[in-house]
Formats: sequence, structure tokens, C-alpha cells
Amino acid sequence: MSHDWEIVAGLEIHAQLQTKTKAFCRCPNLYGADPNTLVCPVCLGMPGALPVLNRETVSQAARLVIAVGGTIHLHSKFDRKNYFYADLPKGYQISQYDEPFSTGGAVRISAGGQEKTIRITRAHLEEDAGKSMHLDNGASVVDMNRCGVPLVEIVSEPDFRSAEEAGAYLTVLRELLRFIGVCDGNMERGSLRCDANVSVRPRGSHDLRERTEMKNLNSIRNVERAIEAEAERQIAIYESGGVVHRQTLQWDDQTDELRPMRVKEGSDDYRYFPEPDLVPLELETEFVEATRRAMPELPQSRRKRYREEFGLNDEAVYFLATERRLSDYYESLLDGKRNPVSVAGWIQGEVQRLLKEYGWEIEQFPVGATRFGALMDSVDKGSLNRNSARDVLRMMLSDDRDVDSIASELGFGVKQDDTQLAEIIDQVVTSSPDEFERYRQGKKNLIGYFMGQVMKAAGGNANPKLLQKLLAERLERE
Amino acid sequence: MPLLIPSPETLRRNPEKLPEAVAQSLALARANRHLGAFIELLDERAGVSCGEVMARIRKGEELPLAGFIIAVKDNISIKDVPLTCGSRILDHHPATFTATAVERLERAGAIVIGKTNLDEFAMGSSNENSSFGPARHPLDDTRVPGGSSGGSAVSVAAGWCHAALGSDTGGSVRQPAAFCGIVGLKPTYGRVSRYGLVAFGSSLDQISPFAHDCTSAFEVLHAMAGADSHDATSAHVKVPECEVLSLPKNKLRVGVVREFVDHEALAPSIRAASREVCDALTSAGHTLVEVSLPTAKLAIPVYYIVATAEASSNLARFDGARYGKRSADATDVNSVLELSRGIGFGPEVRRRIMMGTYVLSAGYFDAYYRTAQKVRRLIKEELQAVLAQTDVLLTPTTPSTAFRIGEKVDDPVAMYLSDIFTTPANLAGLPAVSIPWRSDESGLPIGMQLMANYFDEELLLSAGMELERLRPGV
Repeated sequence: MSHDWEIVAGLEIHAQLQTKTKAFCRCPNLYGADPNTLVCPVCLGMPGALPVLNRETVSQAARLVIAVGGTIHLHSKFDRKNYFYADLPKGYQISQYDEPFSTGGAVRISAGGQEKTIRITRAHLEEDAGKSMHLDNGASVVDMNRCGVPLVEIVSEPDFRSAEEAGAYLTVLRELLRFIGVCDGNMERGSLRCDANVSVRPRGSHDLRERTEMKNLNSIRNVERAIEAEAERQIAIYESGGVVHRQTLQWDDQTDELRPMRVKEGSDDYRYFPEPDLVPLELETEFVEATRRAMPELPQSRRKRYREEFGLNDEAVYFLATERRLSDYYESLLDGKRNPVSVAGWIQGEVQRLLKEYGWEIEQFPVGATRFGALMDSVDKGSLNRNSARDVLRMMLSDDRDVDSIASELGFGVKQDDTQLAEIIDQVVTSSPDEFERYRQGKKNLIGYFMGQVMKAAGGNANPKLLQKLLAERLERE
Repeated sequence: MPLLIPSPETLRRNPEKLPEAVAQSLALARANRHLGAFIELLDERAGVSCGEVMARIRKGEELPLAGFIIAVKDNISIKDVPLTCGSRILDHHPATFTATAVERLERAGAIVIGKTNLDEFAMGSSNENSSFGPARHPLDDTRVPGGSSGGSAVSVAAGWCHAALGSDTGGSVRQPAAFCGIVGLKPTYGRVSRYGLVAFGSSLDQISPFAHDCTSAFEVLHAMAGADSHDATSAHVKVPECEVLSLPKNKLRVGVVREFVDHEALAPSIRAASREVCDALTSAGHTLVEVSLPTAKLAIPVYYIVATAEASSNLARFDGARYGKRSADATDVNSVLELSRGIGFGPEVRRRIMMGTYVLSAGYFDAYYRTAQKVRRLIKEELQAVLAQTDVLLTPTTPSTAFRIGEKVDDPVAMYLSDIFTTPANLAGLPAVSIPWRSDESGLPIGMQLMANYFDEELLLSAGMELERLRPGV
């Protein structure tokens, strides 16, 4: 892109909340069911049906706002956004217009090697519409399962100066939504959707020029590509002396092209007015505070701690502080006392391997933190070596006895006993007279050979430190 | 007009007579089909409910509405029963669920015999805007019974039913009650769940009973009132414990609204009747207090802005896409919507949708909708202030008695003025009742309206009972 121009972009994110039921009725909020099976008179807009707000919707929205540091309004209200479309069964969408759920908040991103804060203007609650599909035979069909699924629309300030920044913001926000468990962030399925408002201006200028809106950006990559392409298009228009008109464009991910959707004349007239079927949403300070107290420590803070206090490397930091359950599992394994680097090694190594092998998510991993912790402690104490511990761990997946019982059943009788080990050493030394002789004559590195032999004879279950000490004593003995 | 079927008390004492009474009620409605009261009679369903009610009575269940034979306005849903709202756009649409109010009445033992005629989507004051033809006044079939709940009013006034449900958005129950000489009670907004009532003006609508007297209106209200988890605007206010209405325990302070009793549009007979009521109340030892509601004269324009704005949005769902009438000429998604709505809605509904769309449009919103909401608040405050000094307010229910069919159809504004005394209660959300007083020189009933404070239907109706006691010739 030409260096004389600068992008000014803002994003509107729609996040589907992960409530059990829809926002205003008791239908399940699920993706992927057969069309029109998760519907009722309320979400189908049958005559006489009325919406009733689901508390969990409010609760999840509150967590979202707290996570981005916004201010939850103790009073907000619902409005109707009126427009006709076949997938909008009531002919209006329940949304929030001039008294939104929250204002303010920000997200820290890093792009182009620099840290930056993207300000959030507001977040409001609304309901999703159904899904229209146009068939090859010219017919249009509608799936209403999505109608009434709770959405939070998060509107950013026009703080983006590059497509990369927009991508970084989406990445951070998506991660955050997933981390606090309010949205699965699946852009392909549409549980997270992004519209971008884009304008350009000569670098150094501070005025805002006409913007265009882009809809249907269904991946982070497409958000970046669309912003890039639209900026180029606008620059080309300005440079050839033209004028950019306000319009809505649609990103076609088949052809990687922007196509105009409709010309906006001024702005669409949605005839917003207060939703008379719902009472205003009044929240107690106590509800907000309780929600705040129940918030988990967020990824950015965990990362800082893992890096600075635990001394984990970047890869481990990212790995262990991105997915909530994994991160919580890690912390419960640490239990405030175990070595963070060693525990991280276990999770990144053996646990990952097992998860992959069995196709499990972390929450399906059957070895709880207490038992796994005991296993790690055995290794640290030296009573089990790492390889044996791996075998024990594998056994623990389907066997809920304690570590010692499994270890001894596997034949990893913990050879802590000096006499027992001393006997094995004695046998090995006696049965290798040549090597013993050469050792005595000065080939001290033969101790490695003896170590190996004893370990083999002990079935790999000797405490290496103890073994080395006893072996040295035996070999040096007159 | 006398009740032509046995009274609820009789039927309660002799439940074996219920099937015959239900059959009688249905037969009367059928024999008087020319009055256009019913859109659909539910013989089979009524028979089934009748059997259930008798079985429950035999089991010794206490059913507060046992013996009540009722009719339901056809903008209130009953599962699997066609729901027309008096409109072509809801052709062949069986309702998918039952309204909470109906469910509660049936649980209390009431038997529904049919769905009654109405102005299309409850928009009208004469029942002439129905795609099923007008309902007619039971005393003079050249006259309107009032609207929009005309059919329900006729079913009770003609003596075929003990009570009926209507919906009152700006007077749609009180005005036909006054025209037909029966009691029409609009409860406090939120008192009765709106779940299952097809919305016209959601912030004004309230399911409302017609009955022969205040006592039975109270019984019906009692059975259907109370919070409903399906309606966020239903009030969590305790329903009065008392199930039987009695006369006022104390002498009443009755506020007489100066602007209304002297209103220039008032017919002389109604003006005279208002004076009689005042005299009767004074003679009975009640205190009259003259009160003023200067802003109330704006109630009609405010009402027609708020109600049409909400209606324009509420009626957007009737688009032919999922249910109801779909134009055969439609070729794509947009034409399904446009053409179906064009052929489905009648002229008054189209007019109100256009008015409502206009007042919500960008550039007009502040001048109309926002201003109307401000004035609405003033009207409400004014009424609250006046009710703080009085027990009830007294006004005529309507400026005239029942007018002739066709008399006002070409003058919508004249028609809208029928609601002049009734709309303030809807705008403020207050309970109000129309009580028949006497008939005018042509034998047409005159109704008087009482308003009371929020959720005080008990006081409202006991004051109504006092009017019934003082009624001339009783």
C-alpha cells in the first residue's frame, strides 16, 4: 500500500453466547441440528408469542464486558430494529440502541512489533436471525434454528491503522471470549462474525473520510485481506480524483473479491423504538461485583506471570495460557509448590501426546491433578525415572489406583533399598571381571558401562543418584 | 337483555345440566348468525371441556369458574383452533399454543364455546373492519355493537354467554360494553398475561373480560390474573385474596373529570346520565370531587401515535413467509412479503401501519413518537395525582351511544374520537371499567366509566357494584 495513505478502520464483532437456551425463549442454543428443529412460537415469531430474557445471557455478556474492562450499565433497555427479511421472523430484531449494555473497554494488541490499545466503544445485547439459503432451483429456504440465539455486538473505535492490527485484535478478542467461555469463536460456523468499516486518509491528516462497510468476513485472514483490498480500492479512487461513496460490500471468499451489497442512502432507517414486550434491564451492583469476583485470571495476566515468575519460554507461555481448561489444569498441577518448568514439560510433552493419541480434549484427560502430581513427585524424589513414569501415567489413564501400586505392578518396584541395589551391583561387578580390572587400572569412564548394566538388571528402576553413589563405592572398594 | 342460559350458580349446583346449557349457548349463537358475533363455534372442543369440567366437579375439585360458559375474541390464541384476528392474512392458521389467560380460565372450569368477531387486528371502534363482515348490535342490527371486541360484547349482551374475553388497547372492551349495556373491565396493564394475545399496541394491550355484572367480571379477572413466566411485562403483584366482590366498605371519594363530563362531543343523553350518576352517588353519601385533567385532551393523538407505531412493528411478522396468506403471484422472497401483505391486510390496518411507520421514521421520530411518549408520561402523572386525592374517577365511557353501521366508516377521525374517554387509562396503564347505567330515549345503553389506582381492581369493581345498586329501575 502506498505510504502516502493511512487506513482508518473499526470493527463490529458479533459473538454468539454459549448459553444453554436462546436469549428470549427456552429453545436449545445449539449449532448443527436439523433445520427448523430448535424452534418454538417465540423464536418463530408466531402471533401472540412474547420474549422473556434469559438470565444466563446477561451473565455471559457481563463477563465479556468485564474481560475487556468495559463499564456495565446498571440500566439498559431493549429496542426493536425494524426491517423485513425472510429470515427475520418477527420483522424486527430485538437489540439495544441508545441505552446499550455497556460502554468503554479496550483490548491490548501487538502488531508490527508494537503494542497498541484498541478502544471499545460499546457492547450491546441482541438476538440472531435465521439463516437464508438460496437453492439452485431458484427457491429460497430458511433455517430458523439460529433465530433468537443471543449475540453481543462489540463495536470498536476506528483505531485500526492496518489490516494486521485488525487481525491481531480479532485474535486476542477471540482468545479472550473462548477463555472466559462465553463464545466458541468459530468464525466459519458464524458463532463469531466480523464487519469492518474502512476509510483511508492521507498520512498525517486527522479528518475522517467516507467509509464503507464490509460484511460476511468469516475468517481472520479474510478480515485482513478485505481491509487491505478495500483500502487499495479507495486509494485508487482518490488518486484518480474520484469520490468514495458509502456502501456495503460483501467479501466473496470463493473469488477473494469484494462485491457491493447495496448502496446506503444516508443510512438505513431501522425505525428503532423501545421494545414494549421487555422491561428495561436493571442490574444490581452486587451482581456486577459477584461476576467480577468470579472471573478467572485472564490470558494476558497469566502470560506475564508465567514468563516473569515461572521463567517459561514463549512457546510454553503461549501454550499454557491460551486455553482456559489447559491453563487451569497446569496451575492445579503446580499446586503452588511444584516446579513450573518441569510441570510445563510434562503437559507440553507427555500429556499432549496422550491427548492426541486418544483424540481427547484436556477436560477429558482422566488423570486428575492430585494423582498426576503424585506421579511427578515420585520422579522428582528419584523413586521413579521419567521413562517408567511415562508408562505409569499411561496405565493411570484406565486404572485409578495410586501411583505406587501401579508402579510396582508394572515391575517398577521402587529400588530405593540400598541393600537390594548393592546386591545387584555386586552381581554385575562380579560377572564382569575384565571390565572391573580395566576400571581398577584407570579406565574410570567404564563406570558408565556398569551403570547401564545395573540399570538393566534392575529393570530400569534404580534411583540413578543412589546407584551412582553405591556403584562408585563398590568399584573403589579395596 | 336477560341471560338466556342458566346462571353459573345454577350450573355449579347442577353440573349435569352443563351439556345442555353449552348446547343451548351454541344454538343461540347459531340461530343469531346474522349478528356476526362469532367467527368460529367450537362445538366439539366445548363438548370435550364440558365432560372434563363435570368429571372434575364429580371428583370434588373446587372450580371457581365452574358453570361459566364463555367466548373468546379471535385475537387470543387457543391451540389448534384457527386464529384469524379478523384478517385475511391469517387464512388457515391454527394457533400453535394457548394463551395463558384462556389456559387459566379453563383450568378454573370455564367452557369456551367459540371465537368472536373483531375489527381486524383489534383496529377499530365499530367491528366494521372485519374481513368476516361486521358484528351487529343485539338490540338493533342496523347499529354497531362497538369495537374492536364487538363479537365478544354481543355474545354476552345477547344472553348467550356468562362472560367473554376481549382485548382493550384504547377502549376496545369498555366501548362495546357501554354500547351493548354490559360490564367491560380493562385491568391494570400487567395484571393479565398478554401471552397468546396477538399484539396490536403492546404497551397498551390488556386482555379484558366482559360480564353481566361486576361480581362475575371480578371472578373472571381473579381466575386469569397474575404473573406469567411467558410475559415479561406481567406484574408480580399479588392477586387479591378475596374471590367474592362486595360493596365498598367506606364511602367513596369520586373524582369527576370536568373536561370529560362537559365535553362538547358528548351526546345530551349521556351528559344527562352523567349528572344522574353524580346525584345518585351524592344521595348515597359518597363525596364528589371535581378534578381536572388538562392534558387528557391530547390522549387521542398520543394514543394514535403510540399504538400505530407499535402496531407497524407488531404486524411486520405477517409476511406470508411462515404462516397465513401467501400471494400466489409472488416470485421471490421480497415479493412474497410485499404481495402477501398487500392482499392480506384490510384498509384500516394498512392505514395504521403507514401512520406507525411514518411516526417512527428518521426525521419524524422526535416530532411524533418521542413527543407522544413525553405527553403520555404527563397524562399518566396527571391521572396519578388526581387518583391520590380520590378513590375512583368517573367519566362517561363513550361520547355517544351505538351508532349506525356505515355512519363513520368514511371518517376515520370521527371514529377515533369514540375512544376519547377510554384511551387515558391505557396510556397510563390504569384499570378502568364500564358499567351500564340506563338506556337513552331510543333504548340504547349508556355506559359510565370508572378508573382506579394501579392494581386496585377490587376497589374499582366494588365502586362499580355500588353504581349497579344505584342504577335506576333496580
